[in-house]
Amino acid sequence: MRRFSLQFMQAFLLLVLAPVSCLAEQALVAVASNFYAPARAIVSVFERETGHSVRLSQGSSGKLYAQILNGAPFDLFLSADTEKPALLIEAGLADEVSKRTYAYGALALWASKEGVLINAETLRTGNFSRLAQANPRLAPYGLAAQQVIDRLALTDALAAKQVTGESISQAYQFVTTGNAELGFVALSQVMTDDGLSRGSLWRVPQDLYDPIAQDAVLLNRGLNNIAAQEFMRFLMGAEASVILTNYGYSLESDSVAAARSGEKKDG
Amino acid sequence: MDENLAAIWLTLRLAATVTLVLLLIGTPIAWWLARTRVWFKGAIAAIVALPLVLPPTVLGFYLLLTMGPNGPIGAMTQALGIGTLPFTFWGLVVASCFYSLPFVVQPLQNAFEAIGDRPFEVAATLRAGPWDRFFTVALPLARPGFITAAILGFAHTVGEFGVVLMIGGNIPGVTRVVSVQLYDYVEALDYTQAHWLSGGLLFFSFVVLFSLYTFNRRASTSFGPGG
Repeated sequence: MRRFSLQFMQAFLLLVLAPVSCLAEQALVAVASNFYAPARAIVSVFERETGHSVRLSQGSSGKLYAQILNGAPFDLFLSADTEKPALLIEAGLADEVSKRTYAYGALALWASKEGVLINAETLRTGNFSRLAQANPRLAPYGLAAQQVIDRLALTDALAAKQVTGESISQAYQFVTTGNAELGFVALSQVMTDDGLSRGSLWRVPQDLYDPIAQDAVLLNRGLNNIAAQEFMRFLMGAEASVILTNYGYSLESDSVAAARSGEKKDG
Repeated sequence: MDENLAAIWLTLRLAATVTLVLLLIGTPIAWWLARTRVWFKGAIAAIVALPLVLPPTVLGFYLLLTMGPNGPIGAMTQALGIGTLPFTFWGLVVASCFYSLPFVVQPLQNAFEAIGDRPFEVAATLRAGPWDRFFTVALPLARPGFITAAILGFAHTVGEFGVVLMIGGNIPGVTRVVSVQLYDYVEALDYTQAHWLSGGLLFFSFVVLFSLYTFNRRASTSFGPGG
């Protein structure tokens, strides 16, 4: 009996002291809207494994950038582009050494209607009234969408049909509510673990747009935050890689991947 | 800069159209609300006031759904052969009318209520019919209310952002109003342009409110209490 209670006490003490002994900390991470869903999935695995706690604050990269510039208490910044982390480093608010490309985004042309064949020909035929995309000036996926349209030489032909959302989630919204038949969205928005969530999809070939590299950087506040540093490491690791691939991202750009796997072509 | 001018011109056109439409729709609603004693008056007043409380993005999202091809308003406009409203100027007009409705109805309702029953009873004894009483007694007496309503409706539409963002589609000259243009500048880190435009908007808002308050004070002193 006495032995039992001693064991119980030990277990109890271990439980209470464990988080303290491995120095569980809390990090506040600013994440670009397009990566919010995978980031949440990654955070839940990370928290379970390390005991650290990570709180996510989502917004457009531009807004988060402005907030960080004005003293927002973030430890880590997962941007949707490479420009804003670089600007923060320039401003002396982020750690240059920590900067990593954590994901490459993929662009998709999407219709909410099921079973429609979509490809470049769909855009050329122009048999639709509206084409949604994110604002090319604000969102990397909007810029990529515009590059696709330009490279298919459809800039003038489609100009009257284009409607622009402030972010990629708004472009998605325009299509999902039926207000636009077609829209350029992030592949990650329409993918789930089981594949395409609904509607019809064309995964836009990588040669039609520049790689959408998304950079993460440790902010000055996060330099002494163990949780932020470990989360950054975790983000670049194998477990996170599985999650973000499921969501339609890749850890290296398609061109790099293609070169590595010896020009494996899929028609 | 041309972009800015286009956005400003569009915003003024939108606000003027919305103010005009709202004065036409809002006057009968305000009149009815001021005079009626039916039991569901509270419910109607609450519906009119909803946009004061609802976040504009909620309003915008529901408008996007209802005015879209699968929504009731969208079905109606398609049946009428005018297509769907989102991403068009008239779509913004309809949305802004919902959004600015309380800012026009409430000052009018207050103005009508402040008149009281007495002038109408007097007019009735002089054989003025209901329409006559409305146009020759109610409208002139409620003049300060109309001016307040018009200014608030106009100014509130100029400052509208969330709703337009949701249903506008950011089309230059059609749906890209000043507030959206301003938002684009901030998001694109073009802070110089953003400063110009937001400074202008700040100045405009101040001038509007200042003239409103100056006018109201003068109106209340010249008409005097009970005058």
